[in-house]
Amino acid sequence: MISSSRLSDLFVEVADTLVDEFDLVDFLHHVTSSAAEITASTAVGLMLADHDGTLRFMASSSEDARLLDLFQLQNAEGPCLDAHRTGEEVPDIIIESAADRWPVFAPRAAELGFGAAHCFPLRLRDQTIGAMNIFRTEPRTLEDEERRVARALADVATIGLMQERALRRAEELTEQLQFALNSRIVIEQAKGAVARVLDIGVEEAFTVIRGYARSHRRPLTEVAREAVEDRPALQALTDSYTRQSRE
Amino acid sequence: MSAHDDLAESSPAGDPGAWTTARQAMSAAVADESLSGLPAALQRICRAATSSLPLSGAVVQVITEAREVVVLASSDPASHLLGEITFTVGEGPCLDAFTMGRPVLVPDLLGEGHLRWPGYVSAIREGGLRATYALPLHVGAVRLGVLELYGARVHSLSAAELSLSLVFAHVATDILLEPPSGSSADLVGDRSAEGLGHWVEIHQAQGMVTVDLGLDLAGALSLMRAHAFSREVPLLEVARMILAGERLHVTDED
Repeated sequence: MISSSRLSDLFVEVADTLVDEFDLVDFLHHVTSSAAEITASTAVGLMLADHDGTLRFMASSSEDARLLDLFQLQNAEGPCLDAHRTGEEVPDIIIESAADRWPVFAPRAAELGFGAAHCFPLRLRDQTIGAMNIFRTEPRTLEDEERRVARALADVATIGLMQERALRRAEELTEQLQFALNSRIVIEQAKGAVARVLDIGVEEAFTVIRGYARSHRRPLTEVAREAVEDRPALQALTDSYTRQSRE
Repeated sequence: MSAHDDLAESSPAGDPGAWTTARQAMSAAVADESLSGLPAALQRICRAATSSLPLSGAVVQVITEAREVVVLASSDPASHLLGEITFTVGEGPCLDAFTMGRPVLVPDLLGEGHLRWPGYVSAIREGGLRATYALPLHVGAVRLGVLELYGARVHSLSAAELSLSLVFAHVATDILLEPPSGSSADLVGDRSAEGLGHWVEIHQAQGMVTVDLGLDLAGALSLMRAHAFSREVPLLEVARMILAGERLHVTDED
C-alpha cells in the first residue's frame, strides 16, 4: 500500500480528470493506472458490458497487446465474466492454482507472468455494468486496505461513467455505456492509423495520441476521432511526434 | 462497516438472447416487392424492429456531412414521413444521436422531448407520435446514419427491448457497411460472431488500412472483410496479419 500522501495525490488527480475537460476514455485510463499504483499491482484493466451482455475492453493501465488479449478472452471465461454475472468480487486469485476454475484464462495469465489477480464488479444500483481486474506478478493477494481502496476506485469509475450526481433518466445508463464503448473503438482506430504513419507499435501510438491531446488541452477521444476522420489532422498529430523525437 | 457489506442482488447488464430474437424477427420480415438489395434489407430491419418491439414504426436515416437527413428505408409510409421531419425543422433526436455518437432515447416526447426539441415536437404532435428512440449507426469514427424507432405511447424501453433495439442497429450498421448481394434471407447470419471478443485488433487494423491505402474507415473495414472472405479466414486473422505489418492490396492479388 502506497503512502497516504501519494494516495491523496492520486485521488485528487482522478477527481480532476473527472471535472476538467472530461474525456471518458482518458478518465478510465487514469482510474486504472491509479489503481495499479495504489495497490502496487502490475496491471489493472476495466471491461464494460455491451447491450447484449458481451464484456468489452474499455481501459487499462498498460496498452500491452498481450494484456489486452487477456482481457478480451474473458468474454468466454475468467474472473471478469464471473464478477459481471454474479455482481460480486472474485477475490484472492492465485493464478498457479486457478486452472481448474478457468482452464483457458489461468494458463494465459500465467504465460504473461501473472501470479495473482482480483476482480471487482462495477455496480450501479442493481445492475452490474462491467468489471475491474487487477493483476500482480507476485502471487500475493490484496491486503484489506488495498482491497477497500481498489473497490472505491471501481465505484469512482462507475460514477465517472455516469457523469452526473444523480441519474435523471433511466435511459442515461444505456446511452452512456454505448457512447463509452464506441469511444473506445475510435481510440483503437486512431491507434492503428498513428502506428502505421509513425511506424511504431500501437501501444506507443496511444501514448502519442494522449500526449498530443494533453499538450493541446483537448479531450482524448475528440483528438482520436479527428485523426481518423481528417488526413491533415492525422498529419499534424504525427508531425508533432516526429518533431519531438528529434529534439 | 462499508456500504458494500450487505450488497443487494445484482444482475448483469445486457441480454445475450437479443440476437436470437432479432434473427427470428428478421427472417419473418418481408420487404416490399419493388425493393431489393440494400433498401430491401434495411426495410426488413425496420419491419422486424416494429413487429418485435412496442413500436408504431421505424426508419433508417442516412445523415450527410452537411447534416442533411435522408430516409433510406422505412417500415411504412407514415413512418417515412416522420423520418423526414427532422430535416424539415432542422432539429430532432436523430440528429443529436448522430452528432453526439450516442443513443438518444426519448420515452416521452411531449414531456422532456418538448424541452429539448420544441420545433420537432410541434411538428410531430398531431401525428400521434409519443416516443422516439434514435440509435446511431456507427463503428467508432465511422458514422453512417441513424435507426430511428417510433412509439405511439409514452414508454421507457426495458433492458431487453433496448438490447434488441441495439442488435437491430448493429445489423443495420453492418449492412450499410457491406450491402448484401441479392436477396439473402438471413441478414443476421455470422455478423454477430465478429462482435464477440478481440475487436481491439480489428479496429486497430482498420486504422492502419486507412493509412496504407488512403481509404476511409468504412472502406478499410469492407476491404478487410473482402480479404477474409476470399482467403477463407476469419476477419480477426486478416486483422492480425495487418498488425504484423502486412499491407493489403485493393485487388486481392495473392
